[in-house]
Amino acid sequence: MISSQLPALQIIVPLLAAPFCVIIRNSRATWLISVLASWVTFGISILLYLDVQTLGVISYEMGNWAPPWGIEYRIDSINVFVLLIVSSIGALVSLYAYPSISVEVDENKHYLFWTSYLLCLTGLLGVTITGDAFNIFVFLEISSLSTYVLIALGKNRHALYAAFRYLILGTIGATFIVIGIGLLYLLTGTLNLYDLSMRLGDMSLTQPQLAALAFLTVGISLKLALFPLHLWLPNAYAFAPSVATCFLAATATKVAIYLLLRFAYDVFGQSQIFSELPLGEVLLILSIAAMFIASTVAIYQQDIKRMFAYSSVAQIGYITLGASFASHTALTSSIVHLFNHAITKGAIFLLLGLVALRIGQPTLKKMSGLGKSMPWTSAGLVICGLSLIGVPGTAGFISKWYLILAVLERGWWWLAFMILASSLLAVIYVWRVVETMYVSDSDSRGDSHMASTTSPTSMTLVAWLFVTSCIFFGFHTSFSVEGASAAAKVLLEYTK
Amino acid sequence: MSETSIFLSLAIPLGGTLLISLTGEKPNLRDSITLVTAVCLLLVNCTLLPKILNGQRPEAVLMELFPGVDLILKVEPLGMLFALVASGLWIINSIYSIGYMRANKEKNQTRFYVCFAIALSSTMGIAYAGNLITLFLFYEILTLCTYPLVTHHGTHEARHGGRIYLGILISTSILFLLFAIGWTWHFTGTLEFVPNGIFNQEQLQTSIPLILMVLFVFGVGKAAIMPFHGWLPAAMVAPTPVSALLHAVAVVKAGVFSIVKILVYIFGIANLEKISGGSWLMYTAGFTIIAASVVALKSDNLKRRLAYSTISHLSYVVLAVALFVPIAVMGAALHIVAHAFSKITLFFAAGAIYTASKKTKVSELHGIGKRMPITMIAFAIGALSLIGIPPAIGFLSKWYILSGAFDAQENFVVAVIIMSTLLNAAYFLPIIYAAFFRTDDNSKNHGEAPTAIIIAMASTGILSIALFFFSDQIISLGYQIAGAY
Repeated sequence: MISSQLPALQIIVPLLAAPFCVIIRNSRATWLISVLASWVTFGISILLYLDVQTLGVISYEMGNWAPPWGIEYRIDSINVFVLLIVSSIGALVSLYAYPSISVEVDENKHYLFWTSYLLCLTGLLGVTITGDAFNIFVFLEISSLSTYVLIALGKNRHALYAAFRYLILGTIGATFIVIGIGLLYLLTGTLNLYDLSMRLGDMSLTQPQLAALAFLTVGISLKLALFPLHLWLPNAYAFAPSVATCFLAATATKVAIYLLLRFAYDVFGQSQIFSELPLGEVLLILSIAAMFIASTVAIYQQDIKRMFAYSSVAQIGYITLGASFASHTALTSSIVHLFNHAITKGAIFLLLGLVALRIGQPTLKKMSGLGKSMPWTSAGLVICGLSLIGVPGTAGFISKWYLILAVLERGWWWLAFMILASSLLAVIYVWRVVETMYVSDSDSRGDSHMASTTSPTSMTLVAWLFVTSCIFFGFHTSFSVEGASAAAKVLLEYTK
Repeated sequence: MSETSIFLSLAIPLGGTLLISLTGEKPNLRDSITLVTAVCLLLVNCTLLPKILNGQRPEAVLMELFPGVDLILKVEPLGMLFALVASGLWIINSIYSIGYMRANKEKNQTRFYVCFAIALSSTMGIAYAGNLITLFLFYEILTLCTYPLVTHHGTHEARHGGRIYLGILISTSILFLLFAIGWTWHFTGTLEFVPNGIFNQEQLQTSIPLILMVLFVFGVGKAAIMPFHGWLPAAMVAPTPVSALLHAVAVVKAGVFSIVKILVYIFGIANLEKISGGSWLMYTAGFTIIAASVVALKSDNLKRRLAYSTISHLSYVVLAVALFVPIAVMGAALHIVAHAFSKITLFFAAGAIYTASKKTKVSELHGIGKRMPITMIAFAIGALSLIGIPPAIGFLSKWYILSGAFDAQENFVVAVIIMSTLLNAAYFLPIIYAAFFRTDDNSKNHGEAPTAIIIAMASTGILSIALFFFSDQIISLGYQIAGAY
């Protein structure tokens, strides 16, 4: 009985947990509620994943209203993969969060943090799971609004500014998305994604259809921080509390990328927009620009969180590059990287959270000699850095390998060369940190340390769980590659 | 059985790593563990040798990396030879390291031994790699785990040297080697090392094999072919044992080994002749030999001179393979061995001189042969072996390479070898002459270096000569490599 309601529960559990936090308000109790809710959500995702493996596609009618009139939750191999990423990261991050939040957020605001965290989780999962265009907009707004709060909770005053900036840009993005959806509704009279794709497939290309596509692409690109629409991201990541940064970096942009894939390949896929419009080319050029420009900017950052934020923009470039041409290998590489980058960047920001407990906002200067004072955390950062570069034996290598193969399949050897060249920029920005942590001849370390000299075990464990998974998924690719491959296959089938 | 041996050859150094890091507080125990690990590794490798000589090719699959591509280890004669040389010299180098690190009161010795053991494990991985991906994996691990060794002193120069080291090795490997591997997979659908190469006749007609060849050769930056040789002199900021084992044996040999292996087992020697324009490799290697020798001649810093000498001798190996004749391939394999033993002796001597007298310059070595006779005799043996004078192992390899050059009727190669022999003599002999026959002008009193250093140095010196007389096994391995196609 319950098992048939899983798709609804996936959303309802975190959504209902959120108001409880507001009512209870006790710091530790709200944390426990959030951990519980996150893990139940994670469990539901796993069950859904298993169901999709056997059933193929799950269609769930909200309130028993048959689609296309009612809201349909439609789960196939691609969004179940994203659900799993989001909920697993949410679960682990919530476990990690308590000591970090206690230091980085004022005690009387903890319940706000947890409420918005749960709402954000709800929103992200909702965007992923729903099969209804307007529902996507609603959930997107839930996640965005709660994200603004999460960022603004950072202690640094810049956090407010960063949140406000994201608010403005995010709202523009959301508006574009709702305009796009509205146009589609005008054209087809339906909001159900599956229905939409059928109807659009029967139509010839018209101006409103193109306008809808344009609005949606730009709106979603803002959300996923596609270069040059990434301007909100670096500050948001840098000044949000460590836990929020970690959660957002690993999930929020990934969900937006999923949306892009869903609209480009599934909804519009059948109307041959991909072959007749230069959408692929535009994505391609912007992705290459992201890979090079954002990486270069990252090299010059002093603030480490900002640096890795720019690195995220660059890495998103790899993902969108894979999404920019419709081949199976390319989409696989894109989705594999979505997964691998989520764990790598998640791990990095978790480790930086540990660093922040010791030395406050981590800057390059303050990190000198960290290899000695925090050996485990530093070693973890090195491993994750290698994964960002794409060294074999790490998760990052797997995605890079598939991306290169995809590009070579197209015969674009120059592009393969550029991808590799851009990862050399990653070598530079990663190695700047490694060098500072390990090979520094200055003796000025240790003066800026905060009170705590040991790292909380729970945080270290969770962070290292992520670090080990960076290595694990560099060797055991059956889950990530096969999952991505199945998802890519589904997307391409829609396109035909 | 042999599968276990293959696993063990990777696992033993890793196990050693763990034990070394656990016993960091007790230096004597820690250093004994290093020695025991090294001996065990050599023994395990020796158990594989008879099988290889019998023509068996044992293999062990580590895991499936992605569909169609396994991480696989497979022992063939060339890898066997390389593994034996590296693991054998690790024992001697460990004795030397113990003497050197203690005498010079180096810091972070535990980290040093840990990284060393990881480096050896990845060297074994490179030696036994059964396909390109496995090779690439261990190649990169070797680069990364030697970085802390290069920057061991943590000084400004060490950091600078480390940047160049890592910068060149990582960029060439990512930009060219990984690209070439990806392209090979796309082009042929396989990455396995196969005796006749993986390209079919049709594919050989295209220009892609030539491009791949260029990418592979420059992608393996560890082979230090010009213009990607700059990391080797930069790496000389490391403590001498690192320069000795890693930058005269394990790392650089991993480079030329990979090139030989790729040329023999991905392209196939017979096929290489059919690739038009394939002779560029010969000219590039020839140029590197001469140019590096000239730079060596002009360097006053002893380690720097040895580093450039290494660059030139690495290209000997590449030059030999580039002749594309079997006998020269055998010469290449022999030169990997010959240069390893001779050059490690030279580096040991340089480190001994530094330990005893803190001298690093060639011009300071006048009369040092009287104070440190054993050191300078060992140095002389190493130098003479590299010049190619019998009865030293260096003669043997040069002999085979020369016969290969005559076989292939490449006068260019003959000329390069003659000229470089002269240059070798020109940059080594004056040192020996000055050490023994000039008078010592500064009178700082010192004797020989500590015993451990002397023992290590003497044994590699003696081995450089002994191997000349007992080279049957090496030569029969060499024949198997040459007959590989």
